[in-house]
Amino acid sequence: MQSTIFLLGFYCGVLKCEITNLAGDNDFCIIRHHFERYNQGDINMYSASDLKKGLKIEIDGDPCMITNFEFSKPGKGQALYRCKIKNLVTGNTFDKTYRSVEKVNRCALISRDYTFSYIDGDNYVFSDNDTYEEATLNEELLGHLKNFIVDDMVVEILFHDDRALDITLPNFVEMVIAETEPGARGDTATNVMKPAKLENGFEINVPIFINEGDTIRIDTRDGTYADRVAKG
Amino acid sequence: MLIDSLQFRDAVMRDIRAFFYDRNYVEVETPIRLKIPCMELHIDAEPCGDHFLRTSPEMFHKQLLADGHPRIFEVGKCFRKGERGPLHNPEYTMLEWYCAGADYMDMLEETTAMISHIWKESDLVWKIYTVSEAFKEYAGWDPAGNYNEDRFDIDLVEKVEPAFKKLGGGVILKDYPVEAAALSRKKPDNPKVAERWELYIDGIELANAYSELTDSKEQRLRFEECAEQRKALEKIVYPLDEIFLRSLEKMPESGGVALGVDRLLMLMAGEQSLDGIISFRSY
Repeated sequence: MQSTIFLLGFYCGVLKCEITNLAGDNDFCIIRHHFERYNQGDINMYSASDLKKGLKIEIDGDPCMITNFEFSKPGKGQALYRCKIKNLVTGNTFDKTYRSVEKVNRCALISRDYTFSYIDGDNYVFSDNDTYEEATLNEELLGHLKNFIVDDMVVEILFHDDRALDITLPNFVEMVIAETEPGARGDTATNVMKPAKLENGFEINVPIFINEGDTIRIDTRDGTYADRVAKG
Repeated sequence: MLIDSLQFRDAVMRDIRAFFYDRNYVEVETPIRLKIPCMELHIDAEPCGDHFLRTSPEMFHKQLLADGHPRIFEVGKCFRKGERGPLHNPEYTMLEWYCAGADYMDMLEETTAMISHIWKESDLVWKIYTVSEAFKEYAGWDPAGNYNEDRFDIDLVEKVEPAFKKLGGGVILKDYPVEAAALSRKKPDNPKVAERWELYIDGIELANAYSELTDSKEQRLRFEECAEQRKALEKIVYPLDEIFLRSLEKMPESGGVALGVDRLLMLMAGEQSLDGIISFRSY
């Protein structure tokens, strides 16, 4: 005898029961059941077997990311999931081993579009494109990106609950050269670089043909010169 | 690359078979599709219709021993549900052999002889630790008589195995706490431990061996206890294999070894994962 029962309607997935009568003489039944996505049907939890590199989880209320993952199973022992974990708030990394029966909190991360509005001391203030609600990010969190934030720039901010965790700028930003040694006329070599100050005082390397007043494009991902947009 | 690894595997398999033929072992074939898989707490069988795929050929080999075949070996695919990683594949090649009249230390001698025979340039030096010695040295406690499953498994993976990796070469971990005996017999002069060893090369676990448990009553109790534990973990509980339990009654004292062929090939080839060794890696 073998029968399969499908129970639908759990909003997190499908519970599937499979009942197999193995042998006629002892009425021994096997019941296999599993949710298609989450073993215990809890949408806020991962099973240890769901863990993988790059997955974001919540530990003690903090958002964390698994940066390294190893499946381990000693001898006749239980499956162990050895993780290197980075706390996305503090940046600290640590090791943690999960047993297969353990559950891990999922991490609800939301990213929304904001427009840069003004600087207030060490803080950069952005306003939500839809609700105009303000979000304040500290200089420290912005790191080198703070040098490439310009008026009315639209950025993507990643939140855990109401805490801003990370910011993504457009890949390229246009900025004006405020100060640099004059370039040699006619020299269009792009592999010879010289320092130049941007309008906000930040210094980057540009090709020697760039002059004061030129508008250039900068790759915000690595903070390097990309190309010239307009002559000054 | 693929053809190289297939030729490499073929050459090693010929050497393995030659080793066992030389020692008068008979190569056997036993069922891959089973009604009742071996009941072990943390090994899950892959369902296959109304059957399961074997997790090891152990149950059938013991029936053959009971039927009077004293030296048998088999090389074949075994399947373990959910085991995936650089050192795990849900389908893998197992070499398993049994010898009537032998115990686990006789099997160790044969296993190291077999590895030297097929991997001549390895020059492995074997260090032997009891579980008590290794845990006292690397984890600061003795699990024998003081067993805690979670602590044991986690310390083994986080402390003891990395220490073996650092030591390098061949390491034998023997005399497991009786709670982790699986299908091995208790040590007659120390009932806190069981006659079981695991063999490591460069910190990678390669083979498992027992002085086989031949006491049918004790085996039944262990299966029943394991069934309770599996039930508590919400795992599939397999029925008791009465044919197997009956055959244990006439099985001679024996030693047995199970060795992961893919991992051995991986170590011989100097690879870090099974990716370059298994030609059609199943993920």
